[in-house]
Amino acid sequence: MMNFDYVRPASVADAIAAGSEKGASYLASGTNLLDLMKGGVSRPSRLVDVTRLPGLDRIEHLPDGSLRIGALVRNADLAHDTEFARSYPAVAEALLSGASAQLRNAATVGGNLMQRTRCAYFYDAGSACNRRWPGAGCDALKGENRLHAVLGWSEGCIATHPSDFCVPLVAFDAVVEIEGKGGRRELPLEALHRLPGDAPERETALERGDLIVALRLPAEAKDFAGHARYIKVRERTSYAFAVVSAAAGLRIEDGKIREARLALGGVAAKPWRARDAEQVLAGAAPDVACYREAARAALADAKPSGDNAFKIELAQRIVVRALTLLPQVRRIAFPRCPALPSRPLQERNA
Amino acid sequence: MNLPLSLTINGVRREIVLDDPRVTLLDLLRERLDLTGTKKGCDRGQCGACTILVDGRRINSCLALAASHDGAEIVTIEGVGRGGELHPVQAAFIAHDGFQCGFCTPGQIMSGIGMIQEGQAGDDPERVRECMSGNLCRCGAYQGITEAVLEAQSNMTATKQRRSA
Repeated sequence: MMNFDYVRPASVADAIAAGSEKGASYLASGTNLLDLMKGGVSRPSRLVDVTRLPGLDRIEHLPDGSLRIGALVRNADLAHDTEFARSYPAVAEALLSGASAQLRNAATVGGNLMQRTRCAYFYDAGSACNRRWPGAGCDALKGENRLHAVLGWSEGCIATHPSDFCVPLVAFDAVVEIEGKGGRRELPLEALHRLPGDAPERETALERGDLIVALRLPAEAKDFAGHARYIKVRERTSYAFAVVSAAAGLRIEDGKIREARLALGGVAAKPWRARDAEQVLAGAAPDVACYREAARAALADAKPSGDNAFKIELAQRIVVRALTLLPQVRRIAFPRCPALPSRPLQERNA
Repeated sequence: MNLPLSLTINGVRREIVLDDPRVTLLDLLRERLDLTGTKKGCDRGQCGACTILVDGRRINSCLALAASHDGAEIVTIEGVGRGGELHPVQAAFIAHDGFQCGFCTPGQIMSGIGMIQEGQAGDDPERVRECMSGNLCRCGAYQGITEAVLEAQSNMTATKQRRSA
């Protein structure tokens, strides 16, 4: 690991001043950043420790019905907040399906949003990677790429975004609050992560010094609480990243789907909102034929980036599976095996 | 760069001056404080051998910068027994053969203690396996580990109920 200066500012303003300097990186719990630094992938010359910044570890209910989650709230605390799990079951399930209990105890909401891809060629400092080294080329294109992107990729980069948490957040229109040199601004989470295009090294819309201070879920996100799930296919049952995943939510009235939300994980360099599929579902009767048509619409533009054509079919099946499981949703505090496609939810023992 | 640090480790307050900000909690414990019960497996947050309790919560000490944890209360495997008496989770690991080579065991036990405190698994083996999935065992002693954690949890709950009765 390259050596660095360590600073621990006492205020957000001081953090932004320290974080705006060239080579600086913000440190929250470090579960991703320290791993990247140990591998020589990230080489910050200064770490700005934001873990003690006041007021960023709160969950607040705002008067307009939205929920404001401070960037330093720990993943485990958010997922195990009973009221949160009741109002946003798909988000809680996604959180609980990610990483391990130890990592969820440490990892923060803001850090999860800033998580880097898990592409093995990005992690291996000896491989060519345009994300790590612009213009170096992409060894994944001709390498082991069965887990790589099928949507929104470019010849420059075929990596996927690894977060589970971000998938339902994008489906339910989460907003990111950012403090930077120019003051405070907001961004839909969907606009935070960028597709690679011809500049894969630009992973997010953030500018130097920008600090995520909170995440907001709008009031309407709660309207889906009765019918919302996150389903994830992994290569082992637990403690693995998604091969593909889907967050689905329906608002059903009088036997018809009034409104639908759908986003996919593991298929692109960002959490992928499937608006065409939502259009197919809206107004239809909730049945398998309609779910299949929605799944086809969600993957209509998909194409393999290597040995991964199977993901296009798999993602469609997972969309159908997630939607099919929705009517079985009961309000839960802790799914027995979060996000497993083979298990219906069970209610927690009283 | 000298970073002063105050930590409570297994109930003892330690004043430490770090000469290098790169030191993780794991390396601090093992290389500088001679507490080698906490194991370094992958050093990348994938195996759980380095699990400790920080402010009562189980985390991977390999992915935690010591400098960032000034003021923290840390419990390692060396601090869970009382005098000559084993912690109930330690005793249950012996009773149920929850290990073979033993390398992952301190991390498994710390993780089990953390899991029981979190109180999310109930008495369901499937939930215990899910809640313990951050600890790998290359010998494959998972069945004994699951049984040990379940038994320790049930014993600890019974003791707690007796005390509050």
